[in-house]
Amino acid sequence: MTALLEVEDLRVSYGKIEAVKGISFSVEAGQVVTLIGTNGAGKTTTLRTLSGLLKPTSGKITFDGQPLSGIPAHKIVSFGLAHSPEGRHIFPRLTIFENLQLGAFLRKDKEGIEKDIQRAYDLFPILGERRNQAAGTLSGGEQQMLAMGRALMSQPKLLMLDEPSMGLSPIMMQKIMATIVELKSQGTTILLVEQNAQAALSLADQGHVMEVGNIVLSGTGQDLLHDESVRKAYLGED
Amino acid sequence: MNTLPQQLANGLLLGSMYGLIAIGYTMVYGIVQLINFAHGEIFMTGAFGAFTVYFYILPDGVSMAVAVPLMLIGGGIVAVLIAVGAERFAYRPLRGAPRLAPLITAIGLSLALQEVVRNFYPGADRAIAFPGLDATHEIGSVTIKDADIFLIVAAIICMSSLAFFVRKSRTGRAMQATAQDPDTAQLMGIDTNRIIVIAFAIGGFFAAVAALAYGLKYGNIDYRMGFLMGLKAFTAAVLGGIGNIYGAMLGGLVLGVAETLASAYIDGIPGMDKLGGQSWANVWAFALLIIVLLVRPQGLLGERVADRA
Repeated sequence: MTALLEVEDLRVSYGKIEAVKGISFSVEAGQVVTLIGTNGAGKTTTLRTLSGLLKPTSGKITFDGQPLSGIPAHKIVSFGLAHSPEGRHIFPRLTIFENLQLGAFLRKDKEGIEKDIQRAYDLFPILGERRNQAAGTLSGGEQQMLAMGRALMSQPKLLMLDEPSMGLSPIMMQKIMATIVELKSQGTTILLVEQNAQAALSLADQGHVMEVGNIVLSGTGQDLLHDESVRKAYLGED
Repeated sequence: MNTLPQQLANGLLLGSMYGLIAIGYTMVYGIVQLINFAHGEIFMTGAFGAFTVYFYILPDGVSMAVAVPLMLIGGGIVAVLIAVGAERFAYRPLRGAPRLAPLITAIGLSLALQEVVRNFYPGADRAIAFPGLDATHEIGSVTIKDADIFLIVAAIICMSSLAFFVRKSRTGRAMQATAQDPDTAQLMGIDTNRIIVIAFAIGGFFAAVAALAYGLKYGNIDYRMGFLMGLKAFTAAVLGGIGNIYGAMLGGLVLGVAETLASAYIDGIPGMDKLGGQSWANVWAFALLIIVLLVRPQGLLGERVADRA
């Protein structure tokens, strides 16, 4: 069986600075895979390259059997790859409802879209209560919920979440992580980028540790959670 | 002729023309943060496009009722093609370059368009007589020309269809998303290049509408007509809050009324008797801009841009 997402020897540069230095990993359908690492490790760059916002200098990305190289960002979502970006990036002056609608921009099935908007409201009731409010008025955690709900609106085969817990209160963070567990139990395939290694590894099937553009360690979530070097470097233990 | 209602009507008419042109500045700025200083010249080419249809294509003695719609199409095609061409070949290659580069390009393009028209359009080295719509109507104490009726009707249709398009259509929604966050808009599947082209095209078409109204109203066009009109419309866009289409409409009307009233009445104020008349109109228009920028730098309807979370 081939993986849903296959990344081979991916390299990405900003000008002369190479941010991702030849990484390979894969995501199987139904899995949650996490990339952890400190700031500047290349995690966000990797996701932005997968969704077409950045062009790789070399390497191969295969998604669902099709090569993704050279395909512009606005076409990649139609392959079934959705990206909830770092910093949430909701559309602040559009309403919650309009933000969700935009998540389904390429879909034509009106009824299905309505059903999925309802599903987003069920998943995050606060979004339903505030559906006609400008998204910029939401709190950080609520914006994160909206960003995730919006990404799900494209009915993705793979959901890429970049730092969903960033800047959130511990309670809100737990809520977001619980939602990821719930999505996982519904069979959603997720590629999760997180600085909160503890939370990410405890729910991931597979994890990869990135350092300055390289994957330095890979394993199951549980293995990495108990790995001594990971505990020292990322989980704050001596 | 110089009653207050008449002056108000003159101001609103002039303001509608500013507003139509201002849409082109504000939409492009709202989406790509570029001040398209060649937009005044796009307006000018729209006028020459309309004139070309009238003078070179339509038969002599054609009725204006037939000519005006065809002139609108001709001017619209020329202005839209030049606006879209400017985006494609002058501005798009500079996307991501430092802001100064596209700005200088815009100024260069503006001069280039003027010189091309002056040198290559027959007779364009001086003013060209444009067919006027000069029949007048009395409404109470206000006298307006047929050209004014064309202007006001066209402005209302253009502005209301634009408002409807941006708020209600799928492409309009995509346009708002692109203006607010272009990268994320792409993640939604929006082809932002296409949205940018549409913004330039709408701006070009509205400029052509204004240009046709200008010709019909004032009875002549020339290769420099876009400079001052463009500058005024840009002022209107900033006055209303650049990036905001309602701001462009409001800014246009406010500017038109303010400069008309100021040039008509300010010399009646004791001690200011030398500052009245048409020659001072531009001074009042730009003085208003300076005051608004001091008191409310984001413009009348502009929002303070909050930091992105």
